[in-house]
Amino acid sequence: MGILSQPVGAIAAWLQALLEGWGLAPGLTKVILYLIGAGLVATLVQVWVIFLIWFERKIIGRFQDRLGPNRVGPYGLLQPFADLIKIITKEVILPAKADKAVYLLGPIVMNAGVLAIWAVIPLMPMVGMDTNIAALYTIAVGAFATLGILMSGWASNNKFALVSAIRTVAQMVAYEVPTVLALLVPVLLAGTMSLHGIVKAQHVWFVIFAPLAFLIYFIASVAEVGRTPFDLLEAESEIVAGFHIEYSGMVFAIFYVADFLHAFTIGALAAVLFLGGWRGPGAEAFPLLGVVYLWIKAFAVYFLVVWARGSLPRVRIDQMMDFSWKFLTPLALILLVVAAVLDHFVIGLGVWGRALSHLAANAVVAWLVLQYLEHYDRARARQRPMVAQPGQYPEARPPAPVETSPETAS
Amino acid sequence: MNTWIYIAIFIFLSLFFPTLLAVAGWFLGPRRPNPIKEDTYECGLETVGETWVQFKIQYYLFALVFLVFDVELVFLYPWAVAYHKLPLYAVGEGVLFIALLAAALIYAWRKGALEWS
Repeated sequence: MGILSQPVGAIAAWLQALLEGWGLAPGLTKVILYLIGAGLVATLVQVWVIFLIWFERKIIGRFQDRLGPNRVGPYGLLQPFADLIKIITKEVILPAKADKAVYLLGPIVMNAGVLAIWAVIPLMPMVGMDTNIAALYTIAVGAFATLGILMSGWASNNKFALVSAIRTVAQMVAYEVPTVLALLVPVLLAGTMSLHGIVKAQHVWFVIFAPLAFLIYFIASVAEVGRTPFDLLEAESEIVAGFHIEYSGMVFAIFYVADFLHAFTIGALAAVLFLGGWRGPGAEAFPLLGVVYLWIKAFAVYFLVVWARGSLPRVRIDQMMDFSWKFLTPLALILLVVAAVLDHFVIGLGVWGRALSHLAANAVVAWLVLQYLEHYDRARARQRPMVAQPGQYPEARPPAPVETSPETAS
Repeated sequence: MNTWIYIAIFIFLSLFFPTLLAVAGWFLGPRRPNPIKEDTYECGLETVGETWVQFKIQYYLFALVFLVFDVELVFLYPWAVAYHKLPLYAVGEGVLFIALLAAALIYAWRKGALEWS
């Protein structure tokens, strides 16, 4: 058991021996080890956000034909640090009418909900806690982020913030159902809810088994984070800044960090559930490589999120609701039934036979859905022609005669 | 059991880090409150009336539909976990359960609970 094949186990064993050598009880040593491990993972992802902020600003800049940050440090890499120093020296304003305790708790709950998901993400074969309900845990804890938004939006005592908070809840409520349904597909294919088990079951990535489920999971997750096609919660042109309108200084920065971290976290979750997690060439022998693979995959999904943000306009609230309840949810139900029935018959075909038959079934479902959408589109176009029909709008009235009074006439 | 100790520690830490940031911001930043600064921000206009008012009923209806769905979906998880050990009969039962869910969705749809305006 060398340090390369078991890096965390070796270090943990060494630390445990050291601490017990000091005369600490084994139970206490365990807790201290867990504390160090959890602290390392939590710090790593929080610090990673600094890079994400730079990356997203730079990429969005390029999408919009700008340079993005390029003044502070090489390629603007030190820009987030400059922002951090500036925001630390800003005043934390407590609105007089706000519900102060809830107001201050809101961002903390939001950040905690996002960060706590990382407790169960398998970073490499032995790291990340292996619990048999991990898949449900991510959903349950992830909902705390929404709770944080609701708390801060309500407690701010500001109409914009309240509208944003209510919208957030409506959006979360709508997109939680497709997320949970899409999440059922990998759970069903792997036969376990443990994220470690799901990663181990992916000899062939589940995105090949269930590309449509991956797509649904991705879209619904983006909606739950509130990223751009679904950023009704901070629609700048209607409700100014949304739920964080009354926040300033470091308390606002917590929202900022939580937002970026949430986007990356859904990337990591999608990578674990559908893209093989830490799997890759040599990852079994050298677990540290597994972290690199997971990070690259999570980053690729995160890039897709940023790409969507740079390319798509914001949807309206009724479109957002319809898309979830009338399209994604029925589609996810159909996919689940297809996966369940099909897998029972093809389980004996070996890994690739199973994967390809699932892929074929997905392709058939996708084709049928596209056919239906085209049909629906045509039917709607017949109902409501895009070109104005004669008599559809009242005729334009002739301009009213200008009254000329003696004063102006002269 | 050890797993849950780790998760409890992790949740504690994830509450601790943002709290630390907030406390640091509170003490490192200046504090010069005045009534205008602490007033409700509405882009310079004075706010009119109460904020916590009645809301569109549709939000509530959607929440009810969601509640039914979410509770039923949780029941599907044990089925999915045990899926590979089940006979075809039990798989069929699971499909029947999903069909019931779909029927509930269609019912809500037909009743107009899923219409926004």
